[in-house]
Amino acid sequence: MQFGSIRYNTDTPELLFRYGMNWEFFFQYIIAGITYGTIYAVVAIGFNIIYNATGIINFAQGEFVMIGGMTAVTFSHFMPLPFAIASAVLVTMITGGVIEILFIRWLYKPSVIRMIIITIGLSILIREMSMHIWGESVRALPYFTGTSVSSINLGGVYISPQVVWVVGISAIAVVCLNFFFSYTLLGRQMRACSANRDAARLCGINAGNMVTLSFMLSAAIGALAGCVVSPITYVQYDSGTPLAIKGFTVAILGGLGNSMAAVGAGMILGVLESFSIWIMPAAYKDAISITILLLILFLRPSGIFGSAEVSRLKEF
Amino acid sequence: MLRIRNLEAGYNSLKVLKKISMHVSSGEIVTIIGANGAGKTTLLKTISGLIKARAGEIVFEKKDIVPLAPEKIVLLGCSLVPEGRQVFATLTVKENLILGAYVQYRRKRTDEVSEDMDRIFKLFPVLKERGRQLAGTLSGGEQQMLAIGRALMSRPKLIMMDEPSMGLAPLIVKDIFNIIRKLGEEGSTVLLVEQNAKAALGIADRGYVLETGRIILEEKAEELLMNKDVQRAYLGRDLDSEVEIK
Ligand SMILES: Nc1ncnc2c1ncn2[C@@H]1O[C@H](COP(=O)(O)OP(=O)(O)OP(=O)(O)O)[C@@H](O)[C@H]1O
Ligand SMILES: [Mg+2]
Repeated sequence: MQFGSIRYNTDTPELLFRYGMNWEFFFQYIIAGITYGTIYAVVAIGFNIIYNATGIINFAQGEFVMIGGMTAVTFSHFMPLPFAIASAVLVTMITGGVIEILFIRWLYKPSVIRMIIITIGLSILIREMSMHIWGESVRALPYFTGTSVSSINLGGVYISPQVVWVVGISAIAVVCLNFFFSYTLLGRQMRACSANRDAARLCGINAGNMVTLSFMLSAAIGALAGCVVSPITYVQYDSGTPLAIKGFTVAILGGLGNSMAAVGAGMILGVLESFSIWIMPAAYKDAISITILLLILFLRPSGIFGSAEVSRLKEF
Repeated sequence: MLRIRNLEAGYNSLKVLKKISMHVSSGEIVTIIGANGAGKTTLLKTISGLIKARAGEIVFEKKDIVPLAPEKIVLLGCSLVPEGRQVFATLTVKENLILGAYVQYRRKRTDEVSEDMDRIFKLFPVLKERGRQLAGTLSGGEQQMLAIGRALMSRPKLIMMDEPSMGLAPLIVKDIFNIIRKLGEEGSTVLLVEQNAKAALGIADRGYVLETGRIILEEKAEELLMNKDVQRAYLGRDLDSEVEIK
């Protein structure tokens, strides 16, 4: 039997859940949740990188994801898939750097509200430009391996190979980022700048360049997310916005700036969304993240993981 | 080593430093004393490039550093230990020190870094014990030691310190002053700003008195210690009546 793109095993008719669920079904939901949760987490990490470097939320983060997916689709007509993805990540990374240099760098101590307006303006600009470049058609990268109906048997649970790619590549990216921030001089420079900008400059660190770098990193990781999900979710000139909302929710849920917590928060939102279909119409799925976002903002603005004090001392 | 002429600086419309002229020679410990709000911090920030001078010149090793960004000035060998222990709270003690050595990496002197680290650990043994701890969780005194150690990691020709003893227990204050004295004996050049005028003058070669943005007095440290006005204003002691007020 076929369930969406995920095949599900009907050999065990045992009903374990009230609403006609069995274990395999249950795991399929979990896996779908983890897949989306991974992507949300990666988008949230993109938010966090820029937030840590500058203290601002980059509302154009979703557009980085979209540019990544779109350019990868375009490149994939000319070159093998891995090269297309690598080039797309590179192009988006450069775009991120250029955006920072053109629109952010020369501002002297901008207010938060001004930064919000600028990044929202940028997101609209990028969307419109993308519509002119790529039109309104919906695109997708091919499945990295196999097709939309192939599946891998994991102990009785069948999962799409693309799920493995999404989770695997994202996990590798997060581990690499973590390594970068923890153990390389450049990563430490970036953390020093976010901890204390003036003190970092007094150590000889060029704080302006670190901000540019944070935009590049954030764009790169967003683009990577855009590439790996595009076979599942498709990509369109305006598909960045909903992802940005989910990613933002996850970033807030985990506590702004705390990228490790974002991974946990991503899983929570992904799985919640996935199971929401079980008790309410699928159309309400997107309302979950907005509801969570509002609840968190009202009840626990520092996120669910620990206090503001701790999260301030424990960023990436 | 450092020569300042007719320096003026401030914040927005507020003019803080007025025609400051002073110098620090190689190997000297020079201290600047002055009341709260006199402009001591402003002066050090202007030298280090965090505040842009409006007029006048700052010459460091025969080079005008007024137009340079702070990161360039550090690279030239002029380091500031800022007021209020500005350590990187979210980084470990060791990472703080490594970042202090960042200009050494820029100078391609990577091989000296671990040697310097050992030197700092010898100077401040407690930092070695706390190497893997987050700097934000250190005690105030330990953070001050870390801030000094971090600046020393850059192998500065001139190290400027802004109130290194602020808010510390008397015993630790003594430690810190001993270390500054030791730095001086090893041939370092130090520009020290202090509220604790007595201790500062005790270890310094020369001193300046800064009052509302102007340098009103420049003298050898011993002479400033004996100066009646200085004693009255900054040492809490009135020689004329010979009553210690404290
Ligand atoms: N960021 C700022 N913006 C505006 N005015 C400032 C700023 N920082 C300091 N000032 C003002 O400049 C003057 C000199 O301040 P500064 O910090 O240099 O004094 P200070 O001599 O270091 O005093 P303290 O001994 O208390 O540290 C003060 O009147 C202060 O109010
Ligand atoms: Mg001061």
